[in-house]
Amino acid sequence: MTLTSSAPVAPIEVHDLTVAYHHRPVLWDVDAAFPESKLIAVVGPNGAGKSTLIKAIMGLVPLASGEVRVFGKPVNETRRLVAYVPQRESVDWDFPTTALDVVLMGRYGHLSLFGRPRKRDREIARQSLEKVGMQDFAHRQISQLSGGQQQRVFLARALAQQTRVYLMDEPFAGVDAATEKAIVALLQELRAEGCTVVVVHHDLQSVPEYFDSVMLLNLRLVAFGDVESTFTPENLHKTYGGRLNLLTEVGEKLRRQEWNARQ
Amino acid sequence: MSDGFWIVLIGALVAGSCALVGCFLVLRRQALMGDAISHAVLPGIVIAFLITHSRNTLPMLIGAGALGLFTAFLTSALERHGRLQADASLGVTFTWLFALGVILVSAFTGHVDLDAECVLYGEIEYAPLYRAFWGEIDLGPRAFWVLLGVTLANVLFVTLGYKQLKLCAFDPGLAAAVGINAALWHYLLMAFVSITTVGAFESVGAILVVALLIVPPNTAYLLTDRLWAMLTLSVILGALSSAGGYLLASALDSSTSAAIAVVSGMLFILAALFSPAHGAVPRYLRRRRLLASAEALAD
Repeated sequence: MTLTSSAPVAPIEVHDLTVAYHHRPVLWDVDAAFPESKLIAVVGPNGAGKSTLIKAIMGLVPLASGEVRVFGKPVNETRRLVAYVPQRESVDWDFPTTALDVVLMGRYGHLSLFGRPRKRDREIARQSLEKVGMQDFAHRQISQLSGGQQQRVFLARALAQQTRVYLMDEPFAGVDAATEKAIVALLQELRAEGCTVVVVHHDLQSVPEYFDSVMLLNLRLVAFGDVESTFTPENLHKTYGGRLNLLTEVGEKLRRQEWNARQ
Repeated sequence: MSDGFWIVLIGALVAGSCALVGCFLVLRRQALMGDAISHAVLPGIVIAFLITHSRNTLPMLIGAGALGLFTAFLTSALERHGRLQADASLGVTFTWLFALGVILVSAFTGHVDLDAECVLYGEIEYAPLYRAFWGEIDLGPRAFWVLLGVTLANVLFVTLGYKQLKLCAFDPGLAAAVGINAALWHYLLMAFVSITTVGAFESVGAILVVALLIVPPNTAYLLTDRLWAMLTLSVILGALSSAGGYLLASALDSSTSAAIAVVSGMLFILAALFSPAHGAVPRYLRRRRLLASAEALAD
């Protein structure tokens, strides 16, 4: 993968971004430039607009105002450069299809209107499954996979898109320890290849360990920058208000346990 | 060729064309959209009839297609702007449009052969009576040619649009993200459902259409874990229902349309009980074996 070294154009830039559902703003006037070759966490309380930010960047929700640019161009022209990993619950896992087939869907953006996936696409899909350690499950029907395995299939699908920018909506939600490790290794590999990865993240404790930069969001942009300088108690307090106390932390932990138990 | 042969063939074409689009309705959890559309197209058919003063197929298909799209549009508009649930907005839309169609039929077409009863319970036994002619040559039943056209159109649609239909059904978010226009494919599917419904219900009635849109795809869904296999199987199951329904109706001297729906329902029950992967009986046996081996381990 080559890096554009001459022009310092940010992989993703958002300007004055406002999104509203039923006239209620869920994202207010966000301005940010996401740096290249970085792992970036987006954190904030529930309903802070984290998923909405990702969807707005992908052009999946209408913008009330503002604009999104990917490598300096409107996202409609550069869609193929952005891979999107939606929340796992957003799809029906009983759908009659296999793990390999789901990964192959990542190639659809590269096919012509009536084109079918070719041998090369299959090869890429198989390699992507291997990268997340799921090659042995290629022909499994997707409902027969565990939650963590399903998440890895989703990641493999994003890899098959072969892009430089990845947007991931809570890839760590409700996954087992093995999957969490696999995801972290994958993120680091992507960064080494010069990719930019934006991850909506819930577990505040692991932010300094996994990520380079952090965006603190609560309807508005609270702070955005290097983890060392930005991920401070003051900024966290500003983002979560008085809610980030011991009680909330316990609540978060319980919620995560419930999540894991449900898998 | 005998009438029986034509009836089974026409039934198989209805079943095949319905199954192809029905699979995608079922997977998108919009199974009742077929029900709604099959009723809501009535005003479109009447308006086409009033304009052309004929029962030609083409204007009716166009009228029905337009109303089918309108149904889909109105349903999602009510859902989005009217703060209604999906099922409620569907219920409001199609009952209203169907009632409108009934009024149009009774007010303006009272003395012609277009009545609500025939739309609902059209009888496939009569399909061989209406012939298609090329000059003087008898080409066979008209319904056969109409449905052959509809089936071929559906095969073409599902083959060419396979990846779009699949991705829009599985993950509309990713579809949009890779540049597939999910709304366009939604409305295309609805248009094909409408055309299928109208092409079919002239000969077999709206209620059988609803059965064939939903039941064979669901049976196939229980029997396989692959989309292409589900499509193929649902067409085969539909054709089997047609043949079985004809035999059942002949034996009981009953309505063939109803018998076809009954046979497709019986096939569904068989699949629900005995499907290797999802059937109730194999699942029960597996669980018992598992328990037995667990007990053996405990001993």
